[in-house]
Amino acid sequence: MVSRTFTPHLNGWSFSTGLIASVFVAPIVYLGSHLFGESGEVWTFVVVNLLPEYALNSLVLLLAVGFMTILIATPAAWLIAVYNFPGSSFFSWALVLPLAIPSYITAYTYAGIFDYGGPVREGLAALGLDRLGTHLEIINIYGVISCMTFALYPYVYLMARSSFSQQSNTVIEAAQSLGQTPLQAFWRLALPLARPAIVAGASLVGMETLNEYGAVKYYGIDTFTTGIFTAWFSMGDADAAIRLAASAMIFVFVLLSLEKTQRRRRLFSQGPQSHPFRRRRLVGFKGAGAFILCLLPFTLGFALPALQLCTWALRTGHRILGVDFFELMFNSFALAGLAAVLVVIVALLFVYTGRIHESYFVRLLGRIATLGYSVPGAVIAVGVLLSLSQADRILDQTTKEWFGFSTGPFFSATLITLIFAYMVRFLAVGFQAVQAGFEGLGSHVEEAARSLGAGPLRTLVQVDLPLIKVALLSAAMLVFVDVLKELPLTLILRPFNFDTLATRAFELASDEDIAASANAALIIASLGTLPILLINRLMLRSEK
Amino acid sequence: MYLVLIATLVLASLSPSEADKEVNVYSHRHYDADRLLFKKFTVKTGIVVNVVKASADQLIKRLEIEGDHSPADLLITVDAGRLYRAQQKELLQPVESAILKSQVPEHLRDPQGHWYGLTIRARVIVYSKERVNPEQLSTYESLAEPQWKGKVLVRSSQNIYNQSLMASTIVAHGSEGARTWAKGLVSNFARTPKGNDRDQVKAIASGVGDVAIVNTYYIGKLLNSDDETEQKAGSKVEIFFPNQLDRGTHINISGAGVTKSAKNLKNAVKLLEFLSSLEAQQAFAEANFEYPVNPQVEKPTLVKSWGEFKADQINLSLLGKHNFEATKIFAQSGWR
Repeated sequence: MVSRTFTPHLNGWSFSTGLIASVFVAPIVYLGSHLFGESGEVWTFVVVNLLPEYALNSLVLLLAVGFMTILIATPAAWLIAVYNFPGSSFFSWALVLPLAIPSYITAYTYAGIFDYGGPVREGLAALGLDRLGTHLEIINIYGVISCMTFALYPYVYLMARSSFSQQSNTVIEAAQSLGQTPLQAFWRLALPLARPAIVAGASLVGMETLNEYGAVKYYGIDTFTTGIFTAWFSMGDADAAIRLAASAMIFVFVLLSLEKTQRRRRLFSQGPQSHPFRRRRLVGFKGAGAFILCLLPFTLGFALPALQLCTWALRTGHRILGVDFFELMFNSFALAGLAAVLVVIVALLFVYTGRIHESYFVRLLGRIATLGYSVPGAVIAVGVLLSLSQADRILDQTTKEWFGFSTGPFFSATLITLIFAYMVRFLAVGFQAVQAGFEGLGSHVEEAARSLGAGPLRTLVQVDLPLIKVALLSAAMLVFVDVLKELPLTLILRPFNFDTLATRAFELASDEDIAASANAALIIASLGTLPILLINRLMLRSEK
Repeated sequence: MYLVLIATLVLASLSPSEADKEVNVYSHRHYDADRLLFKKFTVKTGIVVNVVKASADQLIKRLEIEGDHSPADLLITVDAGRLYRAQQKELLQPVESAILKSQVPEHLRDPQGHWYGLTIRARVIVYSKERVNPEQLSTYESLAEPQWKGKVLVRSSQNIYNQSLMASTIVAHGSEGARTWAKGLVSNFARTPKGNDRDQVKAIASGVGDVAIVNTYYIGKLLNSDDETEQKAGSKVEIFFPNQLDRGTHINISGAGVTKSAKNLKNAVKLLEFLSSLEAQQAFAEANFEYPVNPQVEKPTLVKSWGEFKADQINLSLLGKHNFEATKIFAQSGWR
């Protein structure tokens, strides 16, 4: 469907990447093509009457959550990467845990904590401060910003930490020998070097914030996504909804491209670690300060919500939990594992091809393919359905003409559809993580290997992969946890009689039985913790 | 790589196998009661019920894209508006059945049989037992009067229950009248609409407001909750059926229609007949506190205790017809 003729180096490698890329770009292009549709009554109404306010809310959320996550996660990542302090080895992995709880569930738990009859109100009432309780209103835009910040900061933390650990010890030593304090070293050297990684993490946070629906709906904030769903659900015009989503994609695309261009003007590059990394010790006040900086996000992002989930689950577990949960666990785990492996492979292919061939076209395809993360899952689902049903029709026609039999619907209502959809959706996550890994690597190693006569595949497998192992593992973990929590794609595209933990949690929550949905949410959180622990061990080993 | 392969194979084996004795359902209803009923149906008829659950709008889009390739036989939604929408997009087919006609009253099904109601939901006013005298209450319209300033609670207009209530108001008073009512109601709001129906009741219990517009079955669920706070909240309010002297209380249905592409047409009709039968209707009412459509069914004690009421008899297709207009009015009146 796309021409590859303007690729400067047309060879087997970039040809096959282009081919694979177009498969993943197809649903996005399908959605994008709606931009040029007729503007009907619904489109006009939404754009004129609703969007100005909704888009402003989205922008405020985007900036606030983006800024707050960077503010919280970057210092924590630096502390964990460079220092030893009380609790540092625990926090190194525990700080990632908020990712294991779906953000809409985090939002529900906070609503529950501050709710009528919840622990905060009851506690105040016990102290005779009932009046104060009614003023503690968190169901508003500040509440959403806080919930989203604490649910999403691990993206920035994870990417920044792996960048800081990749930075050679010499960066800090060099700074110190020039008479700079560790703080100045962080500010002047480490931070600019980690910028690509921080931006990569923040852009994932931004895209998640942009397409969040559950939390903003419950907290009563209308965002761009609300506009999309008003057009589709309330007004019954799915095409107008897709067009709105496509406009959001363009916005994200421009934003990401601007950042890229701006960054390229001041290109930082460095070699890999030169000698073993030695962590500095923080004791006394400094140690306590570091401890608190890490304790806060962990507590607010994970410990408190998990505690609330536990109280709910203890109360409702007896009527909710059954043997069917083993099947749900298996389904969730298998899907997440499979998708994680596939996404990392495809992301690697994209990033590496763009890198060795300086192919603008492959890079462009890569950037388009990652837009799947910026629009609501329900809209991606439509793109995937459209392109796969087209594929179904073509397949059916071909087999009828050539072999005389009908395949009928081959892809629809199968797990292939679902896994493909996950890949379209989460390619961005894998892509950002892998790219951040490569960017931290610089190009010297690559050039050395190639000048010694190693082919691209051999360079990738023998030289690059071991060096960016940490980045690859974080990519896999992020995708795994994301798929584990994924809801809209799974709901719409799943085969008959197929449930996951996330769909079960949602069913109960949408029946307004949030306490009961805590059971499934807790299992998601625990399943998500496993790979986080595992990958943390591997990361620590590779840092030694 | 082997792991991947094995995982694929195992996953593939989980998808249902082809069989003649099956019926494929796209459903917006996600209650345990439904699951149990489908099981009962299978035991009774030998027909396996395969289900995909998602929101009706998404399922309608999926049906639309899948076209004649769609595997679905039956579409179940939780409001009449969505069934109307599916019918407008020509995704449903009319079915004739004497059994269905006898089990589902005329005003709760499509005249040509494109869809049939399964349960009734009544959207009512609930009020604080402590602070409100029921004699102050009369109609939805009266909640827009100045005496309720700062006392009215209702969820967001994103919700379909509010959209269909507004659609019924448009039918009763025209767009202009509905807009005036909405503006008056918004000026009486105790807070910006947020949370779900249960949260509105909790807000009455905690003193944020005095009256709320909610569906009756949530009161049943609160009273039967395993959370003491929810039970307490439920016990602090009483149900009032509005508009008994004029158009009647607004109702909506959850219902089902056979898809145009249905490959298991007979099985789909059989399932519809079963779901509106005495046995299934009893189960719906008991598990979910919804009102049965089948008039022969005895209501459970709690639902009975709320009393009989006069329901708005407008043709439910109108709710779907005026949905867009309703959304417009919400935006214009500032009911977020």
